[in-house]
Amino acid sequence: MITLFVNGLEVSAEEGTTILELARSYGFPIPTLCHMDGLSPYGACRLCVVEIGEGSNAKLVSSCTYPVEEGLRVRTASSRVVRARRMILELLLASCPQSKTIQDLASAYDVHQQRFKQEYEDCILCGRCVRVCEEQMRAKAIGFRGRGERRSLGTPFDQKSEDCRLCGACMYVCPACQLRCTYTEPEKAICGGCANLSPPCLKKSSFDDLMCYMEPCVACEIKKD
Amino acid sequence: METFKTIDQFISFQSHLIKKLNPAHPTIIISAGTCGQASGANDLIRIVKRELLSKKWTDQIRLRITGCHGFCEMEPSVLIEPKRTFYPKVNVKDMVRIIKAVAEDKVIEELLYLNPSTGERIETQDEIPFFKNQIRTLLSLNEKIDPIRIDNYIEQGGYKAIVKVLSKREPRGVIEEIKASTLRGRGGAGFPTGLKWERFAEQPDGKGKFLICNGDEGDPGAYMDRSLLEGNPHSVIEGMLVGAYATGANEGILYVRNEYPLAIKHLVIALRQAYQMGLLGSNILGTGFSFNLQLVRGAGAFVCGEETALIKSIEGMMGEPVQRPPFPVRKGLYGKPTLINNVETWANVPIIINTGAQEFKKIGTERNSGTKIFSLVGKVKHTGLIEVPMGITLKEIVYGIGGGSSGKTEIKAIQTGGPSGGCIPATRFDLTIDYESLKAAQSMMGSGGMIVMDEHTCMVDVAKYFMNFLKEESCGKCFTCRKGIQRMYEILNDISSGKADRSTLDLLEELSTTVRDTTLCGLGQTAANPVLSTLHYFRQEYLEHIDHHHCPAGVCKPLITYTINEHCSGCQLCLRTCSVGAITGEKKKPHHIDQTKCIKCGACGDVCKFSAIEMRPIETSQRTKG
Ligand SMILES: Cc1cc2nc3c(=O)[nH]c(=O)nc-3n(C[C@H](O)[C@H](O)[C@H](O)COP(=O)(O)O)c2cc1C
Ligand code: FES
Repeated sequence: MITLFVNGLEVSAEEGTTILELARSYGFPIPTLCHMDGLSPYGACRLCVVEIGEGSNAKLVSSCTYPVEEGLRVRTASSRVVRARRMILELLLASCPQSKTIQDLASAYDVHQQRFKQEYEDCILCGRCVRVCEEQMRAKAIGFRGRGERRSLGTPFDQKSEDCRLCGACMYVCPACQLRCTYTEPEKAICGGCANLSPPCLKKSSFDDLMCYMEPCVACEIKKD
Repeated sequence: METFKTIDQFISFQSHLIKKLNPAHPTIIISAGTCGQASGANDLIRIVKRELLSKKWTDQIRLRITGCHGFCEMEPSVLIEPKRTFYPKVNVKDMVRIIKAVAEDKVIEELLYLNPSTGERIETQDEIPFFKNQIRTLLSLNEKIDPIRIDNYIEQGGYKAIVKVLSKREPRGVIEEIKASTLRGRGGAGFPTGLKWERFAEQPDGKGKFLICNGDEGDPGAYMDRSLLEGNPHSVIEGMLVGAYATGANEGILYVRNEYPLAIKHLVIALRQAYQMGLLGSNILGTGFSFNLQLVRGAGAFVCGEETALIKSIEGMMGEPVQRPPFPVRKGLYGKPTLINNVETWANVPIIINTGAQEFKKIGTERNSGTKIFSLVGKVKHTGLIEVPMGITLKEIVYGIGGGSSGKTEIKAIQTGGPSGGCIPATRFDLTIDYESLKAAQSMMGSGGMIVMDEHTCMVDVAKYFMNFLKEESCGKCFTCRKGIQRMYEILNDISSGKADRSTLDLLEELSTTVRDTTLCGLGQTAANPVLSTLHYFRQEYLEHIDHHHCPAGVCKPLITYTINEHCSGCQLCLRTCSVGAITGEKKKPHHIDQTKCIKCGACGDVCKFSAIEMRPIETSQRTKG
């Protein structure tokens, strides 16, 4: 067993467990997009970042791929983490505003602006479909091609794949195209938040070593001036 | 070729070769690396061979065809031993004269190198300022060795290190020696090599362990590793042999990008020769130690230089970095422990073993020992590959070796560390070159690219250039790297076309921090460096673009116009030069540039003899329209 600290709490886990699995099993929520139970960890969306290490060695890592280490100090909701997640969500909104999954996450993180040039790209290349096709359906009909800004998803040479059984698993797991946000003003990008869940303490001085999971947090509500 | 079955056989062969060596023998050395060949070294080689044969001088004068010597700007260059006379930019006709002069033991004064600062001719290579201020531990061997002849390497003391190590039979001692040398990885991150070896050696070797030489070198404009692989392939092979013996690995892979055909050719030849001599393969020199080394060609993606992506690439998969830990040292190629070092790191190993760690440490600083090769390019008088001791200052490099600004304006900054390095302003040129201080100055060592910039370089444009490179070269897996770099490029593009306001800078900074913080591999983590460092040191230049729609360097095209002033004599030279037909005018009458057609290439300004072409910031009225 490996002993480590999550948000100041001493916890233990088997070797090979990821930080995400550990944190979730202890009830510390971490948002994810490319992660899916039953599929291998991939680490593409970066939404699940958490802060590890101390002082100048502190850094952000993707919790879905990072294995637990002895004595590691993990902060799942420090101000640096939240700042990064917000920027990621802003980038996601700028690329793929019609996903309800992304809209809900954005509103949960209190993202109320989108400052980039608006795009409507649909695919965020999270790779869930590629993995479900390969790992669960054993078909390997689709995959990634190209690199950098030209990276895309599809069948080899964009031809109809003989390996594809049209099972629809790829669409079922997609966080971007399956659940569509049906808001009326696409140019606004931010739908108005049907699930506005932002924890109030985010707006106050930070509690980097703590993780508030009271929603709404009574203490914060009382102290509210 | 003889196959050596024992260490003693090899030693006696080597001493035989060394005895035959006559340093006083007149030798024509032609630098024929990729740079030399591209400038015509092959023609020179042909001429020399023909002349020596037809004049029957083959006994009297020797010819040595070598890899790059470093002064690539002066290629094709010829070096004459024993006096070490240096002839730059030699053409075919001059070559014939030089051969004759060598035969007569003379020097052709007017073909010698002309020092642009003093106007004097300099005879020997070692007196030329470019070479004089370097310490060329690695590169000097390039002059001595014909890379396709293993005998050449052996007579220069080659394979002595592995023989020494095999005779002593103390793998642990080798690791201690490398640790004591404080050698640090030359691939960019500067991880202590000895420590990496130690961790690798500790891994159980039940099912095989791998050594990898990282010769991907994808940085635009950097070619240090290429010059070593082309010019001295055996030194890398020997370094890996030593590493394999010390750490208990039996398999090795040389990963070289396919864009280096000459390096690959020389490596293939070197590997064949080493196998034939019994220096590679099983039971090397009868010691029972076996090491198999093979070559894998990379397909030229920058990200495949990152060690985990490189492993994926060797395995035949997409070159995408994966999460570390586990580090390759524990779980690498095919899931086996894998030790990856850079070409230059490996090439340093035989030197450390031969001279001893204490001797090696005498060069450089306390925590940064030895020399480092940089490719020095940009707006300096002398460009090429330089090898300098760690801890040298930027000033010594730019002014001492580079000879200062090559243009009319002052040097403004230097960009170090490749596409994800940073720009350091001239005011900080007293900075010493080592891993820590470069990092503290918001740049990095990287693999060793150095681009010198003067007042005609726009810092926004520089940042934009690197973002453009990185947005194509990111593997694209991490959303924040792929999209973040694209967005940074987009914002910089807006700034350089005068479409941004001050709040954009905050967004740019915020975004840069997020990209740095949230990406998986070194590419994304350092990708924001060009932006953050230029913002830090040259914020004023950014503000000038934003507030006044003015590019001080005159580089950002949307912010400038070309017009023709009254000095125009109507010579029609510009009219004929303009590739889009934007210039009109009759002979001997002032010409005019049609702004709707002008693509702002600046070609007219380059040809005009009357300084009649003016480059100006665009008028405010035009700007608001755009
Ligand atoms: C984007 C990226 C590109 C890299 N490119 C190279 C390269 O071209 N050559 C190289 O030797 N190391 C490169 N590296 C560094 C390698 O990951 C690795 O650290 C190095 O090969 C280790 O060798 P060393 O310890 O001898 O430096 C790169 C790293 C990153 C993040
Ligand atoms: S969930 Fe971890 S990176 Fe996407």
